[in-house]
Amino acid sequence: MPDPQVNTGPAGPIIDALPQAAEAPETEASGAVGQRLAEWARYSLVAYIRAVAAVVWKDLVAELRSKELITAMLIFAILVILSFNFALELRLDRVGLVAAGLVWVTIIFAGMLGLDRSLAMEKDRGCLDGLLLCPVDRSAIYFGKMIGNLLFISVVEAIFLPLFSILFNYPLLSPGILLIIVVGTVGLAGIGTLISTMAVHTRAREVMLPVMLLPLLIPFILAAVKATRGALDGLPWGEFQGWVQLMLAYDMILLAVAYMTFDYVVEE
Amino acid sequence: MVEEMKLASPRTLRILGGLSAVMVVIALVLVFLVAPQERTMGEVQRIFYFHVGAAWIGALAFLVALVTGTLYLRSGKTQYDLISLSSVEIGLVFITMVLITGSIWARPAWNTWWVWTPRLTTATIMWLVYLAYFMLRGAVEDPNRRRRYAAVYSIVGFASVILTFISTSILADTHPALFFGANSPQTKGDAPLAPGMRPAFFFSLLTFTVLYITFLLYRVRLEVLREHVEALKARFLTP
Repeated sequence: MPDPQVNTGPAGPIIDALPQAAEAPETEASGAVGQRLAEWARYSLVAYIRAVAAVVWKDLVAELRSKELITAMLIFAILVILSFNFALELRLDRVGLVAAGLVWVTIIFAGMLGLDRSLAMEKDRGCLDGLLLCPVDRSAIYFGKMIGNLLFISVVEAIFLPLFSILFNYPLLSPGILLIIVVGTVGLAGIGTLISTMAVHTRAREVMLPVMLLPLLIPFILAAVKATRGALDGLPWGEFQGWVQLMLAYDMILLAVAYMTFDYVVEE
Repeated sequence: MVEEMKLASPRTLRILGGLSAVMVVIALVLVFLVAPQERTMGEVQRIFYFHVGAAWIGALAFLVALVTGTLYLRSGKTQYDLISLSSVEIGLVFITMVLITGSIWARPAWNTWWVWTPRLTTATIMWLVYLAYFMLRGAVEDPNRRRRYAAVYSIVGFASVILTFISTSILADTHPALFFGANSPQTKGDAPLAPGMRPAFFFSLLTFTVLYITFLLYRVRLEVLREHVEALKARFLTP
């Protein structure tokens, strides 16, 4: 059953954002055409950002009330680490060999769990239809969901990484590693939001998400692990900079593709 | 819907089929009798003509799927989706062939069936992506949604093809690189083809291309006929 508290919240800001966009061209009646166009672009950009923010805000409120996603992801991440600890018989002196891979596998597994829940929630409670009925650009919904997922995964990482450092007595928190993690998480949330939107509309969606998403993420895991390894080994920035650039390029390609195709994915 | 796909007429198919058969025979002669034996690898190097040809068709097929997938999203014409699906089917078969011929070659050349070098890894990822494409198609019930999702996935998945193509140039790899291999420290630059091998190489690329077009049109024809049968069934078998 839909939870009215969670459902009614988001409508406000989205609707608030609309009149602004509609009135904007009229308010600037005088002036050159170019100026008016610029004015209009500015207003529609503001409206767009407000629509994105509304979707993010809705996700945040829903999450603050239920604490469903972050708790699940975090517990799952800790369980993965524990399993690996026993499976690989990790001793403190050899964590360095596998730390980079371990961190990324955990982030991606936990992230997939969150991505599935995040979109399944929308689908099962009929919220996605509600979002689609809003007269805003569909890509605003995509970016809203994507930023929401990005935030949740980041929160999980913010707890998980220090925990990993403490448990294995292995320092993970350096500017280089944080940068790599941010770049990687943007890619994970970016493509993950698109794919999980598709996956929730399929039969056996829990199976389809990893089957579709993991092959697309493997290049990412490869680059992220290499870069993280480089940063962990204390190599100079120039040594692993190429990998970070590769991740950035992949980020941008995936985000652009997701931005352009999201319309067709949610279309009824 | 696909009535207007005149390209896949029986006449065209017969001509293309005949052409492919003749070209395959010529290609076999060129590969096995005309092309010189490779100095270090010996006879096993001849698998290269099939390996690269198949890889080329895999990439081409996925590119065609990307283009027709985009066209489908823009126009909503189901023919495009049909070509896209057929192309991915053929591409996947050829990529499977690439992986198998590669392994057969690697056993004598590298003394192992498989190594996890960038080219092999990215090619395997590509194979998995397009395998997932079929799982996706099978998992969506609504036909329109299935076509849309397949088109979107064929666009997203093409990243893996690009990655496979450039893998030997951006990463150190033992896989021989004909093109763009100059950056890889281990291949020590491009390995240009000996002049004597070029006719066999380029002719097999051409042969594979013609073969691909033939398969594609046959596959489209198959679907046209299937729809025809469905239509007849609906007309005569429903009470």
